[in-house]
Amino acid sequence: MSTKRRKRRKRVLPGYGLTLGITVAMLSMFILIPLASVLVYSFGMSWAEFWELITRPNVVQAFATSIGCAFVAALVNCIFGLLLAWVLVRYEFPGKRLMDGMIELPFALPTAVAGITLSRMYSDQGVLGRFLENFGIQASYTRVGLTIALVFVGIPFVVRALQPVLTKLPDTFEEASTMLGAGRFYTFRRVLLPELMPALLTGFGLALARGIGEYGSVIYISGNSEKEGTQVVSYLIMQKLNSGSVDYEGAAAIALVLLLLSFLLLLFVNLVQIAAGKRTQQ
Amino acid sequence: MNTTRKWKKMVKRSSAVALTALLLMGSVTGCGTKQSKGDSDTITLTNVSYDPTRELYEEYNPLFAKYYEEKTNKKVEITQSHGGSGSQARSVLEGNDADVVTLALAHDITLLSEAGLIDSNWIQEFESNSSPYTSTIVFLVRKGNEKGIKDWGDLTKPGVEVITPDPKSSGGACWNFLAAWYYASRTYNGDESKIKEFVGKLYDNVLVMDSGARGATTTFVENGQGDVLIAWENEALLTLEEYPEDYEMVTPSISIKAEPSVAIVDENAEKNGTQEVAKEYLTYLYSDEAQKLIGEHYYRPCREEILNTFGDTFDLNIELCTIDDFGGWDQAYKDFFADGAIFDEIYSK
Repeated sequence: MSTKRRKRRKRVLPGYGLTLGITVAMLSMFILIPLASVLVYSFGMSWAEFWELITRPNVVQAFATSIGCAFVAALVNCIFGLLLAWVLVRYEFPGKRLMDGMIELPFALPTAVAGITLSRMYSDQGVLGRFLENFGIQASYTRVGLTIALVFVGIPFVVRALQPVLTKLPDTFEEASTMLGAGRFYTFRRVLLPELMPALLTGFGLALARGIGEYGSVIYISGNSEKEGTQVVSYLIMQKLNSGSVDYEGAAAIALVLLLLSFLLLLFVNLVQIAAGKRTQQ
Repeated sequence: MNTTRKWKKMVKRSSAVALTALLLMGSVTGCGTKQSKGDSDTITLTNVSYDPTRELYEEYNPLFAKYYEEKTNKKVEITQSHGGSGSQARSVLEGNDADVVTLALAHDITLLSEAGLIDSNWIQEFESNSSPYTSTIVFLVRKGNEKGIKDWGDLTKPGVEVITPDPKSSGGACWNFLAAWYYASRTYNGDESKIKEFVGKLYDNVLVMDSGARGATTTFVENGQGDVLIAWENEALLTLEEYPEDYEMVTPSISIKAEPSVAIVDENAEKNGTQEVAKEYLTYLYSDEAQKLIGEHYYRPCREEILNTFGDTFDLNIELCTIDDFGGWDQAYKDFFADGAIFDEIYSK
C-alpha cells in the first residue's frame, strides 16, 4: 500500500506525460483511427442490411474457411515451430546461424511472391504437388494448399516467441527430471511444456491472427472457389472493392466482423496464456 | 482528504498527455501539404494506368516527349504507375495526384467522374469513345490444341478444363463472361434459359477461378493447369511472344470489344497546370506513329486504316459486340455480377 502511494508521487523515470502522450498519439494514428474508420464506414448500412450481408452463405463460409484454416495452420506451426526452435537453441551444427537467419524470410518475402511460388510447387505439375498426388492429396487450389500457405507465413512467429524462453531454460531441469526417474516423454510433457506454454501460446496467437487476415499468399494457392469453400474473408473484402461497383460499406462491414471475431479469439488465447503463466510463475 | 489534490494532479498530467498527442498529430498532418511539382522548364505528367500497358507506355512516353519538345520547346517528363485497373482508379479517388488516367474499363473512369475529379463529358473528349486502342477476348490453348477448341461451344464440352478469373473480383474478367453470354444469345436467339444453361456449363468447366488476369495466367502458364485460358487478346499475344513453342491462340467467331479508356483528371491537371500537356499527351495517342506502336504492343489500334495493316496479328473477321449491347456497363454489372444476380445464380447451382 505504502509503496504504491510513493510510486504515484514520484516516478523514477521522468517524462511520464511526454512518453504517454507520444504513445497515445502513435496508437491513435496507426491503430485506433484506422480501426474506427472501419466502424464508421460500416455505419452507412442499416442493421438489417448488415445482418443480411454477414449471414449470406458465402460470407459465413468464408469466415469458417479463414478461421478454420488459420487455426489448423497455427497448430501445425506450434508443433514444427517448437521443433525448429528446439533444434536451433539446443544443438550445434554447421550452418546453424544461416538457418536461424532464414526463419524470418517469410516476413521479408512479398506475400504475393510466396503465394505464386507455393501454388506452383504444390500444383499437380509441381515438385511437391506431384509427391502429394501419390497419396491422393491435391494441395494447390484446395484448403490443404491454403493451410500450407498460412503455415509458411506463420512459422516465424512461433519460432521467435519460443527461442528466448528455450535459451533461458536451463538443461538442469531435464537432468533433474531424468535423475528422478521420469521418462523422456514425461519430462517433455510435465517439465518442459508447462514452462514453454506461455511463449507457445503467444506464438500461436500471433500466427492465428496473421493467418485470419492473410491475403497475398493465399489468393494464388486457394483457387478462391465458392463451390469448394476456398474463399477467405480477405478475398471477399477485395471482391467488394475491386468489382464494378465499389462497395466500401459492405467491405467495411465484413472487415468489422472479422476484427471482432479475431479480437475475441486473441483475447481468449491471452486469457489461457495468463492462466498458463500463473502456473509456472512467469 | 487529498482527493482534490489527486484530481488536480490527474488533470495536469492528462492535459500534458493530451497536449503532446495533439502536437504530434498536428505536426504529422502538417507534413501532408503538397509541394510544387518539379522545376520550371521541365513539366512532370503523371499517368496512372493498369498492368498490361506497362511496355506500351514505356515506349510511348519517350516518343511523346520528343514530339512535344519539337513542337513547344518544352521538356516533359512522364511518371507511370501500373496496377489492377480497379485499384488504380481507387487510388486516384483517394488522392493519388494523377494528371491522366489510362485504365482498362470505361467504368473505372466513370467512377472518378462521378466523384467530380473528371469532367462528365470525358467519353466525348477524344476520338472513338476516348479509346485510342481496343482489345477483345480470345482463347489461349496448349500447342497442338488436343481438345480441338475452336469456338465458345467447345468450352462447354465435358472434360474441357477452362481457366478464367472470377468476374466478381476482376473487372477484366467480366468481359470473358459477357463474350460467352453474347455468343450464346446469338446461338439460341435470346432464349434466356438456354443461354444460362450454356454459360453455366462453361463455368462448370472452370477448374481454377483466380482473383485476376495475372493470377489466371500464372495458373495456366506456370502451374500448367487447364486446357484453355480465356484471356484478353493483347495479353494472349504477349504470352505467345514469350512462349511461341508452347501455346496457340484461338480467336472465336464472336467476342466482345473491350475499350480501355483514357481521360484527363481535370481537377488534378488544373491544380498542377498540366491541362494543356495532358491533352496533347492523350491526343498524340491517335497519331500514326503512336497507333503503329499500339499495334506492335498487341492492342488493336482504333484507326481502321492502321488496324488493317496488322491483319497478320489480329483476326479481323471476328464479330464483336460492345458493352452497349448489354445496356452499358452499369446495367450489365447490375444484371450479371452484383450479389445475387445472374452470375451467382448460374455459378452456385
